[in-house]
Amino acid sequence: MHKFLIRSFVSSLVLIFTLTVAAVAKDVKAAFVYIGPTGDHGWTYQHDVGRKAVEAAGFKTTYVEGVPESADAERVLRQLANSGHDVIFTTSFGYMNPTNKVAKEFPNVKFEHATGYKREHPNVSTYAARFYEGRTILGTIAGTMTKSNVIGYVASFPIPEVIRGINSFTLAAQKVNPNIKTKIVWAFTWYDPGKEAEAAKALIDQGADVIAQHTDSTAIVQMAEKAGVYAFGQASDMDKFAPKAVLTSVENNWGPYYVDRVKAVANGTWNQKDTWHGIGDGMVVISDLDSQMPADLRSKVKKLQADLASGKVHSFTGPIYDQKGNLMVAEGKTADDGMLAGMMTYVKGVEGDIPK
Amino acid sequence: MIIDINFIGLIIASIMASAVPLILASCGELITERSGVLNLGVEGMMIIGAISGFALMTVTGSLIIAIFGAMLAGVLISTIFAFLTQTLITNHVATGLALTIFGIGISAMIGKNFVGIPGKEFPVFFEGLKDTIPLLGPILFGHSIVFYFAFALPFITSYFLKKTKIGLIVRAVGDSPESASNQGINVRLVRYACILYGGAMSGLAGAYLSMIYTPQWIENMTGGRGWIALALVVFSTWNPIKILIGAMIFGGLTIIQFHMQAIGVRIPVQFLTALPYIVTIIVLVVISRDSRKIRLSTPSSLGKSFHKDN
Repeated sequence: MHKFLIRSFVSSLVLIFTLTVAAVAKDVKAAFVYIGPTGDHGWTYQHDVGRKAVEAAGFKTTYVEGVPESADAERVLRQLANSGHDVIFTTSFGYMNPTNKVAKEFPNVKFEHATGYKREHPNVSTYAARFYEGRTILGTIAGTMTKSNVIGYVASFPIPEVIRGINSFTLAAQKVNPNIKTKIVWAFTWYDPGKEAEAAKALIDQGADVIAQHTDSTAIVQMAEKAGVYAFGQASDMDKFAPKAVLTSVENNWGPYYVDRVKAVANGTWNQKDTWHGIGDGMVVISDLDSQMPADLRSKVKKLQADLASGKVHSFTGPIYDQKGNLMVAEGKTADDGMLAGMMTYVKGVEGDIPK
Repeated sequence: MIIDINFIGLIIASIMASAVPLILASCGELITERSGVLNLGVEGMMIIGAISGFALMTVTGSLIIAIFGAMLAGVLISTIFAFLTQTLITNHVATGLALTIFGIGISAMIGKNFVGIPGKEFPVFFEGLKDTIPLLGPILFGHSIVFYFAFALPFITSYFLKKTKIGLIVRAVGDSPESASNQGINVRLVRYACILYGGAMSGLAGAYLSMIYTPQWIENMTGGRGWIALALVVFSTWNPIKILIGAMIFGGLTIIQFHMQAIGVRIPVQFLTALPYIVTIIVLVVISRDSRKIRLSTPSSLGKSFHKDN
């Protein structure tokens, strides 16, 4: 409750301030609605990096952070739309219905909703990133670098985005090393450094010598550094937090898309789109590869990266079986986007059950 | 997966490391409450300690300045609470909640410039001895000074309250401020001191999180540990040694559930995640059954304002 109160208070202050600023400017103005604080150094932080890129491209931007996925979201959106913003980016899945509802009331304002699938009005676009492509790279590295053949994976919540990541990672790791085992620990949080560190420590104590994560804080790579095992950065390049442990990071790079879309609004060329970009379009970026990786692995990864970018390689290429041995994707086929978007089963080789 | 004795040692060491901030903040709050003051601002003081420690470490580069600075920050913010509740006689509960909200807000504001900066390595002692003794090696060695201090603190606190004159005065003030005042004790002064001490310990607990446990700053990084620390004081029935046990149970359940997941124990994860809270409730229920004991161990004037003393 206290958190909510302070968030609402800060949000309204920011709102009042930004609305005042907004009233003066004349050019195209973009607004961003964030679920978390910009200080999370994770999901929201990366969206804010994208917003700064829009600002650097010469546009006015405003943002409201810590907006709950409730009726509050509608109020914030309405206020932003009313105060002369031309395009509004809503950067969390739970803003899906509020975005579509408010979009109907403001047909002249463009709405861009991240990670959603509803485009009920012509002024609503959706966009998301194919982070699973990055996890194919991480799986390849993990499968090659592990000596204990036990790979730890700290997961957040059992949603398709996370399951897809685990599957993509495991498939790639198995491809280079059929003996690996992926141990998954669900932390049930997106960011709580203490909990994430404890989850990573448990996996390390049980023999994992490479740790992957689908939570946001840098606590896991720091724990890996302390314990002398390998890890991968999440959302941003985390190398400086754990120079020895971090082999590479998968970065969320929203900037180019945001600049593109705001420019389209300015030029009058904006149209409704459903964007799902990966490595090829630069929305998913692989950070520098650590020099501890053998040269042949590094060149293999570079090639894989290029093949994923060109579409020559797909993260989910058949034959893929689920845990019970049922065929999910036939040999020579690739999983279509519909299957990827609703993926809620583990592939063969992942241990344990998905929490329900 | 072989469960050997060293593995158990590693698990216990992790549990102890996670219990450190809870022990520090709880022992501080225990002294505050023993003097009759209920300060619900622990979470706020902790987060202020976390950002102050991290910011000072980044700016000055000195770990010593950072640790003491974090404690001082805890003292400063608890001074606000002390002034309001003791001098202006405001309600303890409302003021404490306000302190938490204030702490979270101001730490986020100060912290804006410190997001995404890696922390420094904090020195640990006897790292080399870790592997010399099975089981006990990882438990006893390779920890920071704050870790050792935290595990000594409940015993120091217990000794202080039971065996020293000042400890007796603190308890007297908490149990009957009127009588203490009639005996010539400056109730307000004692309560000020106890509040400030509680602030210092909460500040240290926060600094442990941002400088040693997970060396980084992100908003809300205390993640409700201040509230758990508050609950632990009640859980312990104001007995510092029981705080030690409670903190180990609470920290331990979280870590053990992660281990059970990794081993592949087929228990619903949500149940495992809820386990620490369920156990806390069960223990509280068990404790509450003995109402006489509760009455005897609760500081009688807890949370009540004292007007008489001028």
